[in-house]
Amino acid sequence: MIAEAGHYALVLALALALIQSTLPILGARWRDAALMNVARSTALAQLLFVAASFAALVTLHVTSDFSIVNVFENSHSLKPLIYKITGVWGNHEGSMLLWVSILALFGGLVAAFGNNLPLSLRAHVLAVQAWIASAFYLFILITSNPFLRIANPPIEGRDLNPVLQDIGLAVHPPMLYLGYVGFSISFSFAVAALLEGRIDAAWARWVRPWTLVAWIFLTLGIAMGSYWAYYELGWGGWWFWDPVENASLMPWLAGTALLHSAVVMEKRNALKVWTILLSILTFSLSLLGTFLVRSGVLTSVHAFATDPTRGVFILLILCIFIGGSLTLYAWRASVLKQGGLFAPISREGALVLNNLFLTTACATVFIGTLYPLALEVLTGEKISVGAPFFNLTFAPLFLPLMIAVPFGPLLAWKRGDLLGAAQRLTAAGVAALIAIAVLWAWTRGGSAFAPLAIGLAVFVIAGALSDLAERTGLFRVPFGTALRRARGLPRSTWGTVFAHAGVGVALIGIVCETTWNSEYIGMMKPDDVARIAGYELKLDGVTQRQGPNFREMVAQFTVSLDGQRLSAMTPSKRNFTTRAMSTTEAALLTRGASQLYISLGDTAADGAIAVRIYHKPLVLLIWFGPVLMAFGGMLSLSDRRLRVGAPKPAKLARGLQAAE
Amino acid sequence: MTRKQRRLTIIGGSLAVLAVAAALVLNAMRDSIVFFSTPAMVAEKHIEAGKRFRLGGLVQPGSLVRGDNLAVTFSVADGSATLPVSYKGILPDLFREGQGVVAEGALDSSGVFKADTVLAKHDETYMPKEVADALKKQGHWKDDYGAKPDYNAKAAGSQGASRAAQGAPLAEQSAPSVKQGASQVKQGVSQ
Repeated sequence: MIAEAGHYALVLALALALIQSTLPILGARWRDAALMNVARSTALAQLLFVAASFAALVTLHVTSDFSIVNVFENSHSLKPLIYKITGVWGNHEGSMLLWVSILALFGGLVAAFGNNLPLSLRAHVLAVQAWIASAFYLFILITSNPFLRIANPPIEGRDLNPVLQDIGLAVHPPMLYLGYVGFSISFSFAVAALLEGRIDAAWARWVRPWTLVAWIFLTLGIAMGSYWAYYELGWGGWWFWDPVENASLMPWLAGTALLHSAVVMEKRNALKVWTILLSILTFSLSLLGTFLVRSGVLTSVHAFATDPTRGVFILLILCIFIGGSLTLYAWRASVLKQGGLFAPISREGALVLNNLFLTTACATVFIGTLYPLALEVLTGEKISVGAPFFNLTFAPLFLPLMIAVPFGPLLAWKRGDLLGAAQRLTAAGVAALIAIAVLWAWTRGGSAFAPLAIGLAVFVIAGALSDLAERTGLFRVPFGTALRRARGLPRSTWGTVFAHAGVGVALIGIVCETTWNSEYIGMMKPDDVARIAGYELKLDGVTQRQGPNFREMVAQFTVSLDGQRLSAMTPSKRNFTTRAMSTTEAALLTRGASQLYISLGDTAADGAIAVRIYHKPLVLLIWFGPVLMAFGGMLSLSDRRLRVGAPKPAKLARGLQAAE
Repeated sequence: MTRKQRRLTIIGGSLAVLAVAAALVLNAMRDSIVFFSTPAMVAEKHIEAGKRFRLGGLVQPGSLVRGDNLAVTFSVADGSATLPVSYKGILPDLFREGQGVVAEGALDSSGVFKADTVLAKHDETYMPKEVADALKKQGHWKDDYGAKPDYNAKAAGSQGASRAAQGAPLAEQSAPSVKQGASQVKQGVSQ
């Protein structure tokens, strides 16, 4: 019953989406307010039905109803409750249902909080949202229905892929999808603006917070996924330049560019056409990401539950939406009027530079990810493009961007003073030089690149802080005054400081981890001692243990530093009988921002066990940086001036700009 | 500064950055791209020692020998040829004899493939796409490597069934998904 109800709710949601994608547009054409308002109620009803459908699937998983193919294939009655729930989106069908649920959620939010949007803009936005939704409902119902039944229900399920039985699955996919799908809002706004042929202050005010929300989630989602891969896959790697990772990085790069160009548009009414294009590209890259992950066209270390036959359908969706929106853009963009003059050396100019580098970097990732695919289709040659390619292309493009980051906020709008900005960054530059000199002396004979890169990171962080000092007058006025000024600063300024500093922090982590990572690989017997980076790790023994749906072999290590016992570490190897699979559960010991990492390999006949031990200096900064960035984003989001629904002077301005 | 000048500045700057990016991409393409090959293709074409490539195929049953200090050797086969591989390190969780594998490295002077990376995807039906395509081409594809069993066709619930079938002798492939891709593999190593 529940399955049929869930299925039915999904069909109803499709019907609602079809209504929502047509009537409001007609309403806008005929200037019929009642028809335009249909969008609002259908969007909310659609959310209700999709939520019901999603709840039905969750219920089926929680109650272990193995008469449903999806539950049978991905669940097991002995699986802990949390994994029964997260297992809902640990497979293709369920994750697509999560995708459309989030899409409906965003549509519902626009409907619920969009009362102060111009009526026709809201109608258009929700209609475009419904086009996307309809396509994906059709995709789910035709090719990947999660509610299919089995004629002869089995007693026990096949269990979820053990690698996915981890708390990471509870957090990473929903976050990532909130990011991916969140960009659908800016896409819908962009297409709506093109359809309407006008774009005004209300538009920019609306798009920026939504982009920011999507960007925050995507940032956290990528960081979370990276940390998950780091501790779960047992190789100690956190980024593999794998197609699936690139698929999430591309929308992030484009989204970051969009975030910055939206600022220019909001504040200076310039770069409109470019912002629209970026909105379209960002969501197109999100769709592309969905396609790459879901269709299985690319070989990847992370691709789970892939099916090439579905790829054709998603490819079709991809072509229609990307092709359609870009055609619309080519056709209608000239209608939108240019505005806002600025000199190349200005805040706007800096943001254009930011956009230039981010989109170019995004393009190199795009080429590296899709070139093997294109080559195979065209010539049949099979190649792989790995880390060396991206290190040679992406890194050189990111370095100048990093140098430019601290300058941006210090330049004035319209016409900036580069020399003045440079003077105000003297302290940051000096800090960077000191960092380089100290590291150089300390790591004598080591890589010359690492101190320079860390110096650059220090420059970015110190630059963000000097921007803050500049604005509050710290060191120039009494401390109390500076503190009061700091409190009075707009939250979005604080957001910029945190986000920019986060970039620097992540860079320090990346450089330290890749340069000074030490590794020990070998066979160990009980009472053997491994020495790494000053730590002594003694293998005390190996025991067997029974988990809820697995057996595991646990190795006990005692970690000591300078003869002092620090802690115990217990890496394990789990064997999941249902799937005849084993997973490696790495043990992590955090010391400050650095980590010791142990993962186990095979056991030899003589009882020795293969062990991989890493010491990863400052590795946690890699993920702490993105968290700082996301925190900055949240601060910026909470800025009164940006808040969705904040009273806006734009209402008046809109009347004046309508003629554009 | 007029609108025209500003536009020219921006376009000029963009072109400069794009040119640099294009140069970087082309340069990286020349140096850092790795081709895929199967043992048969290695035998067919002469690949010089030291040239990096990816080797894919099935791990020959019975060929896995573990040496001292994590050194392992095994053979990779694709039905018509085999190639000895040596590797030092911990093999991935899903490395098994008779299953698909992709290794990256280069041939040494004695014709042994020295792998520095052995790739694995964490899935029990693990079959690298390149290997699957190559095997399909040569008719050594086992239906159940990737295919989902049809639960409604036969008495369902026997999870053992599909797994047991993997031990069956290599069957002439009849999967509906024979792609053109498979017939193109042979050109893979051409440089």
